[in-house]
Amino acid sequence: MADDLKSTVLHDAHVALGARMVPFAGYAMPVQYPDGIMAEHRWTRESCGVFDVSHMGPFFFSLNDKTGDRDADHAAIAAIAEKLGPRDLTGLKPGQIRYTVLLNDEGGMIDDLMVARPCIEANAGTLYVVVNAGGKERDFALFEAAAAGKATLKRADDRALIAVQGPKAVDVVSEIFPEAAGLGFMTFTRLEYEGEGVLVARSGYTGEDGFEILVMPSVAVSFWNRLLADERVKPIGLGARDSLRLEAGLPLYGHDADESVSPIEAGLGMAVSPSRRRKGDFPGAARIERELSGGLARVRAGLLVEGAPAREGAVIANQYGVAVGVVTSGGFSPTLSRPIAMGFVPPELSAPGTVLTVIVRDRAQAATVADLPFVPHRYHRKALESV
Amino acid sequence: MRFTEDHEWVELNGDIATVGITAYAAGQLGDVVFVETPDVGKTLKAGDAFAVVESVKAASDVYAPVSGEVVEANGDLAGSPEMVNQDPEKDAWFAKVKVSDPGEVEKLMDRAAYEKFLEGL
Repeated sequence: MADDLKSTVLHDAHVALGARMVPFAGYAMPVQYPDGIMAEHRWTRESCGVFDVSHMGPFFFSLNDKTGDRDADHAAIAAIAEKLGPRDLTGLKPGQIRYTVLLNDEGGMIDDLMVARPCIEANAGTLYVVVNAGGKERDFALFEAAAAGKATLKRADDRALIAVQGPKAVDVVSEIFPEAAGLGFMTFTRLEYEGEGVLVARSGYTGEDGFEILVMPSVAVSFWNRLLADERVKPIGLGARDSLRLEAGLPLYGHDADESVSPIEAGLGMAVSPSRRRKGDFPGAARIERELSGGLARVRAGLLVEGAPAREGAVIANQYGVAVGVVTSGGFSPTLSRPIAMGFVPPELSAPGTVLTVIVRDRAQAATVADLPFVPHRYHRKALESV
Repeated sequence: MRFTEDHEWVELNGDIATVGITAYAAGQLGDVVFVETPDVGKTLKAGDAFAVVESVKAASDVYAPVSGEVVEANGDLAGSPEMVNQDPEKDAWFAKVKVSDPGEVEKLMDRAAYEKFLEGL
């Protein structure tokens, strides 16, 4: 393996587990363990999988001159972050996480990310942010530029970020952190593990209930091993992470979205807050407005593919054989036992049930537009629970 | 049985070669979810991509270890691609080829040589 690859703090633990390590976003990462992608995928859907996602880009973004007025300090740091994207962050409640996107001046996606307001009110004026691994250096620079000296970015990507996902994740995690069971989807809290602070978020990218936990490097291996000591838990590599998020209909930046793709095209309209749309005060607002007003040229759709899996780059054609789009993610769904894909198609061809074709090795195969997600999400939404 | 450096195997009976992928290749691929075998009657040149095997993650070409004409393809693989993981060097054969030059088979590695080759990977 190339020497210039970075390693996460859990690297040796993966190797000891027999992982197959591959280069990914500049890091040596486990693509699978000896059980293999199919078994790992199924285990996550049925029990609990743990994933090392420490290659991602967690950081803290803090106002330099806090006034002590918590809401004002939060509003001030949120206003800086809002310069980069279309989602309302001012309205974040303590401990709440929101999904958003960074946009370029043409309304194309620079990245997608999670932004959270600290649960501890004394820390108001700081945001906890996690960006994707692939573009994290550029993302950090964007936040620093937006801060213009008024805020400071402190990266936390030396720590371990561990995702614990699956229907049994809550039982597993609450044995270590009883408080975790009380968190709703897209909220987080600060707890302690072996005397070190950890951030426990009820979030993930598999479609399952679960947690993403930021752990100090000094206790990361101990925490990882503690999770794995639970017989309900198995380690899961990037291969199954990809097939899980594909089934969950979740876009992967760099594949289903890039700088040419708007959040509206990507089906991420929830990242555009109505209040921000009214103000139009974010990069690329004119394009977003045009697309929301009916001027949308393409949209991300799910496809149930017949025959061979259609991979990224496969052409999508209409019933007359005319190319109408391209597959951006595709593979085999272990849950549905069939090939599935996502790709861009014109809005008029995006209704579920529309029959299209995908071109695989010069042959046209039937592909039917399907609702996303392919496999229902099982998030632990508190609001739903109280209904 | 003979083997290629691309991890195909060949077994020659008369002038009919049965070909498939090795257990090592199947293990490297992981769970096989789709196999595309060649059409009967297709003429192969040794080294040509003649079949495709797909795992959850990726598609991989399978290369013809010998030249000749495809006389039979394993129809069971379409419905049961997992056979490639379960029995790669026997029941999960890909195709039978009427070889044009049996000498090509002799040039390939025998089991001992292939195992030695694997050790060096």
